[in-house]
Amino acid sequence: MKQITAVNDFVIKFANVNGTGSASANNMFAKSLFRMGLPVSPKNIFPSNIQGLPTWYEVRVSDKGYLGRRGGVDMMVCVNPQSMAKDVKEVEPGGYFLYDSSKPLDLRLVRNDINYIGIPLKDICQREYKDPRQQQLFRNVIYVGALSALLDIEFEVLTNLVADLFRGKEKLITPNVHALELGYHYAKEHFQCPLGIRVERRDAVGDQILIDGNTAASLGAIYGGATVAAWYPITPSTSVVDGFEKYCKRLRIDPGSGHKNYAIVQAEDELAAIGMVIGASWNGARAFTATSGPGISLMSEFLGLAYFAEIPTVLIDVQRAGPSTGMPTRTQQSDILACAYASHGDTKHVLLFPATPKECFDMTAEAFDLAETLQTPVIMLTDLDLGMNDNMSEPLRWDDKRHYRRGKVLNEEQLENMNERFGRYLDVDGDGIPYRTYPGTHPTKGSFFTRGTSRDEYAVYTEDSEAYEQNMQRLLLKWETAKIEVPAPELIQAGKDGSAVGVIHFGTSRDSTLEAIDMLAAEGVAVDSLRIRAFPFCKDVDDFIDSHDTVFVIEQNRDGQLRTLLVNECEVSPKQLLPILNYGGMPITARFIRDKIAAVAKGDNVTPMRKKSAGKEK
Amino acid sequence: MTYIRPNFRHPELPVNELGYTRKNYEGALSTLCAGCGHDSISAAIVQACFEMSIEPHNVAKLSGIGCSSKTPTYFLGNSHGFNSVHGRMPSVATGANLANRDMIYVGVSGDGDTASIGMGQFTHAVRRNLNMMYVVENNGCYGLTKGQDSATADVGSISKKGEPNPFEPIDLVSVALQLGATFVARSFSGDREQLVPLIKAAISHRGFAFIDVISPCVTFNNNPGSTKGYSHVREHLAATGTVDYVPFKNEITTSYRDGESKEVTLHDGSVVHLHKADPELNISSRRSALRLIKDYKAKDQILTGLLFMDENSQDLHEVVGTSKTPLRSLGESELCPGQKVLDKLNESLR
Repeated sequence: MKQITAVNDFVIKFANVNGTGSASANNMFAKSLFRMGLPVSPKNIFPSNIQGLPTWYEVRVSDKGYLGRRGGVDMMVCVNPQSMAKDVKEVEPGGYFLYDSSKPLDLRLVRNDINYIGIPLKDICQREYKDPRQQQLFRNVIYVGALSALLDIEFEVLTNLVADLFRGKEKLITPNVHALELGYHYAKEHFQCPLGIRVERRDAVGDQILIDGNTAASLGAIYGGATVAAWYPITPSTSVVDGFEKYCKRLRIDPGSGHKNYAIVQAEDELAAIGMVIGASWNGARAFTATSGPGISLMSEFLGLAYFAEIPTVLIDVQRAGPSTGMPTRTQQSDILACAYASHGDTKHVLLFPATPKECFDMTAEAFDLAETLQTPVIMLTDLDLGMNDNMSEPLRWDDKRHYRRGKVLNEEQLENMNERFGRYLDVDGDGIPYRTYPGTHPTKGSFFTRGTSRDEYAVYTEDSEAYEQNMQRLLLKWETAKIEVPAPELIQAGKDGSAVGVIHFGTSRDSTLEAIDMLAAEGVAVDSLRIRAFPFCKDVDDFIDSHDTVFVIEQNRDGQLRTLLVNECEVSPKQLLPILNYGGMPITARFIRDKIAAVAKGDNVTPMRKKSAGKEK
Repeated sequence: MTYIRPNFRHPELPVNELGYTRKNYEGALSTLCAGCGHDSISAAIVQACFEMSIEPHNVAKLSGIGCSSKTPTYFLGNSHGFNSVHGRMPSVATGANLANRDMIYVGVSGDGDTASIGMGQFTHAVRRNLNMMYVVENNGCYGLTKGQDSATADVGSISKKGEPNPFEPIDLVSVALQLGATFVARSFSGDREQLVPLIKAAISHRGFAFIDVISPCVTFNNNPGSTKGYSHVREHLAATGTVDYVPFKNEITTSYRDGESKEVTLHDGSVVHLHKADPELNISSRRSALRLIKDYKAKDQILTGLLFMDENSQDLHEVVGTSKTPLRSLGESELCPGQKVLDKLNESLR
């Protein structure tokens, strides 16, 4: 029978039962490859329940460095009888299916185009361990040991990893190593090792790290000088504040007094969380909150206040599948419009779109500078895929010479020397950004009233049309200033002269998009790419669209929300922007993008997307 | 109140310890209806802050939405004010307080703002024992939208439309007591003698100091049959005691009425003298306060005065162990760990 053969280039998927301790074994597997110098991209695919239901873990190995989802599964490690029928179907022809052979395989599951590897995991465990919990836990470690033989993973890398993992709990090292050995020897004795797919040590990782985006964002908040975090727990953003607290306990305790140089409040709801952030920012601290889609809905009223009253506000939105409760543990990029225009009335908010953990770190720190510079809410939009999965990333870096940009804040001395009347909403510099003062700065000068109702340049309540319009216009001028301040898009041209076909993408679609572009290039289709990193869109975005006949907009939502935003905010024709949309809750794959672009660009006999959506478009 | 207020003040107005006159504590001209109880409360806050010699700019005044929430404009003109969104002032106050623990936080809210849309935030501010004075200007109705019943309107109370309210009221004082508020008082906007010392004590209290002030709405809820109108409240008031606030630095002798008295020392060292009219009230017992509120209500009376105080109250910052330096004053060197720490961290992630 055909066997898939590949070195350092395959997709392996683990099918487990939620709550059985498989996550740490699967992590160990992914990390061992990473330590062998191989780029890996592990993804947790987990259900929204506590325990007992199926859960999956997919690892892509690619020494070319492709980190997005490729699509397809070359090897399935199936430890969950419940999902076996579904899992077996996913395996590519010629692929491998590792299962627990303690019970004979149901004949209905037998395909004659894939290779079966039966290991009696349960029997081995029952023989070796008396404790039922150990029987369950070590079953996972045993299959990792078997994979070490089957895929040629250096055994020493695994044993070193176990030693690192259980540092401080040394008692656990020997039994874990023993379980690895049990699997390793069983595979060696019963199968031809290695299989057609295998790994070889490389130096393709360099100094990169494996970290999830939420942890990186929490470190960004530490380095960005946040002292107040207020939040309400919600998947998949919870680990942002959890991480912040963990690092605060390590890095922000005053050594002399033991006092905390931070405050974290678990609020009663999302409304209170953002209210606290606004109150703290108004009073001069750097504050942030983290949430997901349903939280954005609840925070919208306050975001309007922060926009209109011009209060720096930092919000990290880790997107999940909506609408409503949607699929809470699945990924999407579907809060774009809700965040861009959050709240009633004419509002727009600065958005940041990180694509890697390093960008989560950089952009979170940057968000505080931006929010204070522009005196407005800044929302960083990540998603579950980036936030909760370990992602390979450039190491985190901080320039020690860097200083926080606290924006236009008048101190006591400046107020003292001021002869003219302080105007909180006066555009002194012509950039739309006024000066503010922190409460309590000066006994008689610089105080003002903050409100969500209309006011004049001196913060005095007024419903005068002219004063209102002037204020709204100034906010638009500030929006123009924001275009210069926010991170510029990343352009990758196909060749020296570029192509007539372009793609616009953002956030976690990056890896799959770049891989799809490489696939297309190999087929003779050249595509330019522009990765948008922020809203408002700067001129580069208009220029990119103008200079391409066809621009695909790749996003992970049903309605093409970024495309809508582009049509709304740039002077472009909707016809020029063709949506490529993935919204099933799983990260977008390179194959999907390649197929969609190829269908149009190569004139394949497939309904062009333009026609398909033409009726709905206008 | 009145649209004309002369700028002229007597040249020899009394000054406080800071050398400020009362004018330094006033705000903009009120735009509330003439005779509104809220204006009396603003005046009481002005008087209390003047007499306590508080630096006006050291006060942050916060509110939600509603008639009551407009009032911070009308006192302490040299303070920063924040008129936030409906019912959500407590969260903004919490954030502000977390950023700078050294300021005085005065929150003004209404019965709609606190007992309906903001009930959740109110209860959690109480629970966290946030260091602030929280005043509810309680008139039992929604003045800005023309007099609908609020959640504190008494059952049977007759609105301007002439319809009796069919629902039981939420008694904010009882709610605060049950949630563990560390300072709970009730007063009447027309009783400045009682209200001013209560405000002083509330400001000095370390923790959440709640004052529910019955403050009649002259326009929409001052009709016969309303239980929050001037005439009804005046006729049904029962004070639990008179409170005298004695500043720590400058102890003065106060005149004592007959009856029992108790001295309570506040955290800043100042003293509250309580003169009990009802010997039943034990100022340190929530149960006693809750029982008396009910007893008086059964007698169709509104019990006012300081009802409960926890002398050992610890505010949010003390509970969670935050830095004594206000968080907003911490500098980059205290906040940013630098590249060296990142190097180690990166290493641990390989």
